[in-house]
Amino acid sequence: MACTLSMEAQAEGVETRGVVKNRSSFNPYDNNGGTCVAIAGEDYCVIAADTRLSTGFSILTRDASKIVQLSEKSVLGTSGFQADMKTLQKMLNAKNQVYRHQHNKEMSCPAMAQLLSNTLYYKRFFPYYTFNLLGGLDNEGKGCVYTYDAVGSYERVGYSVQGTGQQLVVPVLDNQLKSASPLLYPPQSTATPLTESEAVDIVKDTMASAGERDIYTGDAVEVVIINRQGIRRETFPLKKD
Amino acid sequence: MMSTSLSGQRGREQPSGAVALDSSAIPAMTLGTPIVAGGESSCSLQIMAGPATRTLDPYVVGSSVLGVKYKDGVLLAADTLGSYGSTLRFKSVERLRKVGKNTVVGASGEISDFVYIMSLLDELTTLDYCWGDGKELSPKEVHSYLNRVMYNRRNKFDPLWNAVIVAGVHGGESYLGVVNLIGVHYEDSHLATGFGNHLARPIFRAEHRVDMTEEEAIRLLEKSLRVLYYRDKQSINKYQLAKITAEGTQISKPFALTTEWSYTAFEDPAKVAVGTW
Repeated sequence: MACTLSMEAQAEGVETRGVVKNRSSFNPYDNNGGTCVAIAGEDYCVIAADTRLSTGFSILTRDASKIVQLSEKSVLGTSGFQADMKTLQKMLNAKNQVYRHQHNKEMSCPAMAQLLSNTLYYKRFFPYYTFNLLGGLDNEGKGCVYTYDAVGSYERVGYSVQGTGQQLVVPVLDNQLKSASPLLYPPQSTATPLTESEAVDIVKDTMASAGERDIYTGDAVEVVIINRQGIRRETFPLKKD
Repeated sequence: MMSTSLSGQRGREQPSGAVALDSSAIPAMTLGTPIVAGGESSCSLQIMAGPATRTLDPYVVGSSVLGVKYKDGVLLAADTLGSYGSTLRFKSVERLRKVGKNTVVGASGEISDFVYIMSLLDELTTLDYCWGDGKELSPKEVHSYLNRVMYNRRNKFDPLWNAVIVAGVHGGESYLGVVNLIGVHYEDSHLATGFGNHLARPIFRAEHRVDMTEEEAIRLLEKSLRVLYYRDKQSINKYQLAKITAEGTQISKPFALTTEWSYTAFEDPAKVAVGTW
């Protein structure tokens, strides 16, 4: 008899699935907005992100950092869902610490890039809704930027933008920074020819521009610069509207 | 007791075809006990085991919680209503609760989930007490813990339907943080949940300073609570205020605020807003 009942349930499968779907208003994801920009130079890397945290038309806070330093040579900027961002940062920090204990050395930026990809893909079927930029210096001391999608596809590039201001900033950087095509043979360096201060200036300008039109970008920008001397952090204000 | 009667009600709402998926309707279909005698394996539980839909929407809920830092610590405020849809179901729910000596949490959202959260936190404080070294979780640690609990439950698609504000003082520093049902969390010098995000925070942004006196901060909170009472249908004029300073924490007895309903905009809204009725 119980068997008949369960067969019925199976027959009603589509409908019951519909009922379950109609009833649940729970959405495990949110887009908390924000824009990240990163530029790689010959011997430096600049990575920047705004500090606004939003949901829908509300601003949750104006002072929430999206950038973390993961190791001596790599810095991560993330936009998307804040809870996933924080979890991802915790995961990477923990894995980095294990790596340091096991190998007795700092993880390189290209290694961190692969680790980030694997960490994202590990959750391929319930993804971290995060859009990442990893900046740092590679094993030769050249600036590098890695750009990702939410499930771990990644690519080393000369510059990149992620987040809600992406559509606004990408064409500007495409126009201003002539980075070599990755299709060239023999391969050329994708690092931009700009000096460090030029790169910092252009990053600040693009973030200010994104803030003009993107409601999810604003309040302040945090700029992190990685070079031979180490890592330095600057902030400057954006419009709060 | 409440939840039993509610899930019974839920069962009746279901279309007949959907009954098999509702765990409350068929108590015999518990996991791990195939009821089929001699049936094929396909008839057993995996067909029954749909996703748990028990807590995918809230029942008895509390409205906004407000929090501000001030000169000597932090203040939290909330009303004492637990509403059941548009019914004012429970009018003396304490939504501000102490955690140890230097922390207070305030919750909006599902009251039963908040009771469960408090049971988790009380267990931690008891454990701290048992060590006997006088050490306790700092407000930041309490917040951190709640962040992970909330996020883990959202990962299981079985969220604790709350936004919880954590306030405290530790090492001479004020702390004010919030976490919601999907695990989004942040700190600020002033915070509000629910409607408070729309109605109270704009007032905070205009008038709040971290060096306010206690009197000024209380006046700011009262002003915001009053606005919420005028505009938030699911609020009542019965509040509690929590004060956390380096000296300790106090949660007030419930009190009411004076109200003023004779504004022209209240008496004849259409007169001051052309085009409405």
